[in-house]
Amino acid sequence: MRTIVCIKPVPDSKHWNRLALDPKTKTLVRKGIPGTINPLDRNALELALSLRDEHGGEVLVVSMAPPDAISVLNEALAMGADRAILLSDMAFAGGDTLATAYVLSAGIEKLGQFDLVVCGDQTIDGGTAQVSAQVAEFLDVPNLMHVTAVDVTPAASWLVRSHIEHGYVVVEIKPPMVLSVLKEINEPRYVTLMNILEAEKKETQIWSSSDLELKEPWLGLNGSPTCMVDLFVPEKKGRAEILQGGPREQAAELADRLHRSGFC
Amino acid sequence: MTEIIESKIWVFIEQRQGRMAEVGLEILGKAAELGLSIGSKVAGVLVGSSLASLSDQVLSYGVDEVLVADNPLLTDYCNQAYVKVLEQAVSAWQPEILLLGATAMGTDLAPRLAARLRTGLSAHCIDLHLTAEGELLSVVPGWGGNVMARVSCPRTRPQVATVMPGVFSLPDATEARGRKISVETLIEPADITYRTVEVKREEAPKGGLETAEVVVAGGWGVGTKADWRYIEELALVLNAAVGATRPPVDEGWAEEKQMIGQSGRTIRPRLYIGVGISGHMHHLVGLKDPELIVAINGDPNAAIFDHCHLALVGDFKEIVPALIEKIKSYSSAQ
Repeated sequence: MRTIVCIKPVPDSKHWNRLALDPKTKTLVRKGIPGTINPLDRNALELALSLRDEHGGEVLVVSMAPPDAISVLNEALAMGADRAILLSDMAFAGGDTLATAYVLSAGIEKLGQFDLVVCGDQTIDGGTAQVSAQVAEFLDVPNLMHVTAVDVTPAASWLVRSHIEHGYVVVEIKPPMVLSVLKEINEPRYVTLMNILEAEKKETQIWSSSDLELKEPWLGLNGSPTCMVDLFVPEKKGRAEILQGGPREQAAELADRLHRSGFC
Repeated sequence: MTEIIESKIWVFIEQRQGRMAEVGLEILGKAAELGLSIGSKVAGVLVGSSLASLSDQVLSYGVDEVLVADNPLLTDYCNQAYVKVLEQAVSAWQPEILLLGATAMGTDLAPRLAARLRTGLSAHCIDLHLTAEGELLSVVPGWGGNVMARVSCPRTRPQVATVMPGVFSLPDATEARGRKISVETLIEPADITYRTVEVKREEAPKGGLETAEVVVAGGWGVGTKADWRYIEELALVLNAAVGATRPPVDEGWAEEKQMIGQSGRTIRPRLYIGVGISGHMHHLVGLKDPELIVAINGDPNAAIFDHCHLALVGDFKEIVPALIEKIKSYSSAQ
């Protein structure tokens, strides 16, 4: 089985308190915040690795990111991926989900035949949850989102379970396909020191736009139909009124106010 | 598709197994408002099979037109078949704006459709505006809701957006005055790229979070599963629904369906009491205009105190039992 996992390097959320909005440029200042694999992409990689453990084959990791994302791809190799490809070029910069999905799908096409492309359902930074379905559209293969279980049956079709509001749907679907997964699907494996040492021997390639067959007007900012007008921090409601006294006094005051407002 | 359609704003009305998702109707209310400002009519778009009674229901929400793509092949949701039908309708009638709910279905359908149409999509919007020129500005949360972006789609049409459930209120039903228009569905069995074998749906609990007047929510600060009972007991005496931030759900103290916020539910209670909640934006964006927000937290610097009306600073394990006792004394006095 040949599985390709799309990985997005994201700023580590443990350091988000250092995020700031530049008041002049209205852009996000993320200086000094270390990058990591988008959390749900670890679940995507875990699915690919466990399918390889069970059915054989290989797991390739693809990312579209600036060159320094190599370190994040090394994390994926340490988790057990066989090979990593970084799609990196100034021409890709500023791409929205459509332009990003286009470049990713071109990278995947260059890798050749696959049974499965897996993505995390959404990223923690942009959180649009759009790239997996758009990659599938460019690749012209079926896709499912919000996936919580995959059953590779001996028949040609697989059974895949997707989360819906208050329940789930199980569908029968034939590879090749694109799936994007939710956290519930599995528990990503830990990386040992030995894994990290082994990962250093694995191959990482960087492909630029000249390595791929691409239509230039579809790339980067020019190829992005959406445009960010501005960024803003949600308004604070203002400091609260702080109830005075010890726990019992505060509780009594609150209960009294709730009673007067008809809540109890 | 020779019939002329006047609506330039379309709202996808999601249905599964004949049941409409409320978010479609919520968006209709907002779409009517947007439509007034640019002098456009509003259409609801239904895709599925045996849609006669559903399309009547949609008309009773004041839409000018309801576009109905009715075909047995569309009985179960399959994104490629739905994308094909919508792509054909959009290409034929060229709406300016297409809105969908940010549900499991909407977030799956919209990106594929936008890619097929090579147009822009704003995801999980929490508000929509129109510029004087009639351009859609979508307010989109990013970075866990800590930052909001206004996103536009200046060069391509339609402008597509998915809208979080619960951010717009449900409009009142009115007298039906619109008309039904049948959408040609040129689909074949080969367009169905996956087959639904099971749909399991748990009934949404009655008096659930989304409709509750009072919500008591707990966060990471509650500390243990054993102490989660404080949240449940307080909710019980206030006849409230119990909500949670992500950590209690991850820790198994609360269920996923109780999660409030960007990746959970949007609630609009009159009273919200947050216990042990630090106040990250990804939780607070799920809280829509409560009359009274009360926060109980041991940390006087907790961010939630910048977003609430009443602050109780102290150990919730002392405050909550005292509060419960006092509330009970009122109910027994009645």
